[in-house]
Amino acid sequence: MQMDWIWGLGGGLLIGLGAAVYLLGNGRIMGASGILGGLVDNSDRSLERLSFLAGVIGMPLLLRPLLSPAPETHLTSNIAVVIIAGLLVGAGTRIANGCTSGHGVCGISRFSLRGIVATLIYIGAGVVTITLFRHVLGVI
Amino acid sequence: MRALVSLLAGGLFGAGLLLSGMTNTTKVQDWLDFFGQWDPTLAFVMGGAILPMLIAWRLTAHRRPLTGGQFPKPATPELDRRLILGSVLFGMGWALAGLCPGPALASLSYGGIGGIVFLLSMIAGMYAAPALGAQLDRVAKAA
Repeated sequence: MQMDWIWGLGGGLLIGLGAAVYLLGNGRIMGASGILGGLVDNSDRSLERLSFLAGVIGMPLLLRPLLSPAPETHLTSNIAVVIIAGLLVGAGTRIANGCTSGHGVCGISRFSLRGIVATLIYIGAGVVTITLFRHVLGVI
Repeated sequence: MRALVSLLAGGLFGAGLLLSGMTNTTKVQDWLDFFGQWDPTLAFVMGGAILPMLIAWRLTAHRRPLTGGQFPKPATPELDRRLILGSVLFGMGWALAGLCPGPALASLSYGGIGGIVFLLSMIAGMYAAPALGAQLDRVAKAA
C-alpha cells in the first residue's frame, strides 16, 4: 500500500510517454474516448485507431502474468450499475469531446482552458456521485 | 508507419494504466472519495503523465509530426454547454463504476464479463451521444 504512489508515478510517466509518442509521431492528441469514438462514428484513420487499441488491450494482456500479485479490476457485480455507468461514460465523453486522457493528460499539459475546466467538472461530478452513493445511500 | 506509432503509443498507455493501478476500480473510486478514505494515487498518475507531455508540447513548436501532417491547432479557450454537461455525465459514470475509457480498454483481458458489459455499454453511449447532444441543445434553447 505504501508503495502505491511510486507505481502511480511510474505508470503515469508511461502514460505520458505514450501520449508524447502519439503527439510527436502522428500529430494527434491521445484521447481514449476520441480514438474509440472515432471507430464508433466510422470516421477516418481506422487502421491507426485499431492498432492503438491493439496496443492498449494487448500490452496489459502480455504484462499482467509477470506481476505478482496480478492486478484485478474489482468492478462491482451489480450489472445495472455497470450498464448505467458505461452509458454515462460513453455518452458524456463524446458530448464533452474528451475524457481523462484527452482533456486531463493532453489538455492540462498544454494549459488548455477547456481541458482544465472539463477535468475539474468531471472530478467534481465524480466526488459528488461517490459521496452520495457511498456515504448517503450506501450502495457502492 | 502511423499504425506502428499508434501501436507503440497504445502499448505504453496500456502498460502505464496496468502498472499505475488505474484499472483497479476501487482505487479510482477511493480517489474520488474526498470525504472518506481518500487514496492519493490517481494524483501521482496524473502528475506523472503530464510531465512528459509538458515537454512534448514544447517540442511541437516549429516542427512537424514524424509521419508528416500538422500538429493540432492551438487550444481554443471557448467553453460551451456540451463540454460542461458532457463532463458532468462522464464524472457520474466514472464514479459509479470506477472506470474511464482508457482503463476500460486496458483491463479488457482480465476484467471478466462485467468489464465486457461496461465496454459495450460505453460504446452504446458513444452511439447515442450525437442525438443526446442535439437534444441537450434543444432543451437549453427552449429554457
